[in-house]
Amino acid sequence: MTLLSVTGVSRRFGDVTALDDVSLDIVQGEFFALLGPSGCGKTTLLRVLAGFERPDTGTVTLDGADLLALPAHRRPVNLMFQSYALFPHMTVEKNIAYGLHREGLPKDEIRARVAGVLATIGLPGAAKRRPNQLSGGQRQRVALARAIVKRPRLLLLDEPLSALDKKVRAEMQLELKRLQHEVGITFVVVTHDQEEAMSLADRIAVFSEGRVEQVDAPVSLYRRPRTRFVADFVGANNLFDGVLRDGGVEVPGVGSGPLPCEPPGDLPAGSPVVLSVRPENVRFDDEGPLAGTVMDTSFFGGVSRVAVEVGGLTRPVELTVPGTAPADPGKPVRLSWNPDRAILIGPA
Amino acid sequence: MRRARWAYGPFWLTYLFLYTPIVVLVAMSFNAADTPYSWGGFSTSWYGELSGDEAIREGLVNTLVVAAGSTALATVLGTLLAVGLARYPRLRVLAVLATLPAILPDLILAIGLLAFYSAVRATLGLHSVLLAHTVFGMAFVATVVRTRLSHSDTSLEEASRDLGAGPVTTFVRITLPTLAPGIVAGALLAFTLSIDEFVIAFFTAGPKDPTLPIVIYSMVRFGVTPEINALATVLLAVSFTVVILAQRLTRLTDSLR
Ligand SMILES: Nc1ncnc2c1ncn2[C@@H]1O[C@H](COP(=O)(O)OP(=O)(O)O)[C@@H](O)[C@H]1O
Ligand SMILES: [Mg+2]
Repeated sequence: MTLLSVTGVSRRFGDVTALDDVSLDIVQGEFFALLGPSGCGKTTLLRVLAGFERPDTGTVTLDGADLLALPAHRRPVNLMFQSYALFPHMTVEKNIAYGLHREGLPKDEIRARVAGVLATIGLPGAAKRRPNQLSGGQRQRVALARAIVKRPRLLLLDEPLSALDKKVRAEMQLELKRLQHEVGITFVVVTHDQEEAMSLADRIAVFSEGRVEQVDAPVSLYRRPRTRFVADFVGANNLFDGVLRDGGVEVPGVGSGPLPCEPPGDLPAGSPVVLSVRPENVRFDDEGPLAGTVMDTSFFGGVSRVAVEVGGLTRPVELTVPGTAPADPGKPVRLSWNPDRAILIGPA
Repeated sequence: MRRARWAYGPFWLTYLFLYTPIVVLVAMSFNAADTPYSWGGFSTSWYGELSGDEAIREGLVNTLVVAAGSTALATVLGTLLAVGLARYPRLRVLAVLATLPAILPDLILAIGLLAFYSAVRATLGLHSVLLAHTVFGMAFVATVVRTRLSHSDTSLEEASRDLGAGPVTTFVRITLPTLAPGIVAGALLAFTLSIDEFVIAFFTAGPKDPTLPIVIYSMVRFGVTPEINALATVLLAVSFTVVILAQRLTRLTDSLR
């Protein structure tokens, strides 16, 4: 069931188009991620949803009702700020209770819900402490508790883990996923870290320069990128710009013939296309169409990354192979892949 | 790096320069002799004489009324002014104008206010001094609070709204408490400035209600009596307490951040 529907939302700041005709549907109960490089408009979209920014055009509905008509403090939506924005003059307990007091709930209920959420986030002993007496990870939990205790229809999280160091971040990723499952609230999380988006979300919207490039489940996004940007941004990838021919993709000046690709579907021969092949799908093959020299190898415990310089290409072709690299730098090699693992991306 | 001890000489000299007059003043207030040229032994008699002086007591009461009243007004108005200026960043010129009374020479403000009071045919009295002090006090409060505001995090107010608080609740429960150290510091500044303000008070006070600085001035015109030294020492102690209090308060509230 669709919970939130964003249709044709645009927002400009002077010359900058922060959001460019964005349309999205978010389903009740899902963990949705907005993924994109810094400055692509993710925060702006969250602020539109939370009510701190008005779009120039477009509509947003929540449960079928116009969300933009409500001021920020009347929306059944909560935002967890990137800076956490904990109130420094209040204890953890008061921070969490703040939103419940605004609803005019009875004191007993507030006390019970605050205690409950403190247990959920695993900080029952921190009730009387102030934000400046907490570690980064603890602040992040309190900010999360303050938002989920309101039981919003939709919880927005702006780069919730970016302020944490790497180890705590991995821990909190699992925690966030567990929590979302437990409270059953629809989460929209913003991140510029594609691995984080992949591991957290049920579905991901990839943003670039204010536009939605693709909305898909993580696996589909990885297996079937639909734009050049997505293919490049999500996971490591090898991209070849060329022209579709009968036997494959012809890249001028590269290879001893057309590069193998999946069946072209309804793309006519002669179309300009981008061919996308993941490093794990490239293999050494003495009969392969690509000839090059090994530039560099690195061992990542279990797998090795090999970079191969191919004449006519600006970027080396990357491949991952199990175990140690079978070739040393300087060695001439030939490369190939299974046609069905080479994805065609149509003209933009 | 360790420095030679003599390298601190100029540093201590500046302190000597700063505090010699004050030390002399305090010492003389305990001098039994009534000239500053000789030491007649330790005595607190000038303090006794001070407490019996009717004119000084009246002046002190007037000064406290003016300082308390103008501080209260200046704190409220100055805070609102600072918040307003932060909300409408387009008004650059207005921001400069708001701080102007704080840096304007007192004499200009005094003459201007006197001209204004005569133009509207206001009678002069404590109320006219109180309003005059509010003018510059407000400028000081606004400046201090604005500094605080510029360091404060606007996402706190947004977080409050996000959690369901309307604009008024947000102002009272989030904005004011985060500004509190600035507001307290501004208020104490306005208070101490008002207490010893002479020029503006001299121009705008009525003849029947002189403030303490005016009383002192009229006494000094006939020569400095050691009684004045005692009074100055008392005032010194009061300002010192206020300043230390202000520092304590700001540090206390800052540590809560
Ligand atoms: N209030 C604003 N005024 C002017 N420009 C803004 C404002 N908010 C965002 N922008 C611009 O809009 C673009 C998108 O910003 P943002 O949504 O914060 O990106 P992200 O969160 O994806 O990093 C950026 O170029 C940013 O500079
Ligand atoms: Mg952002």
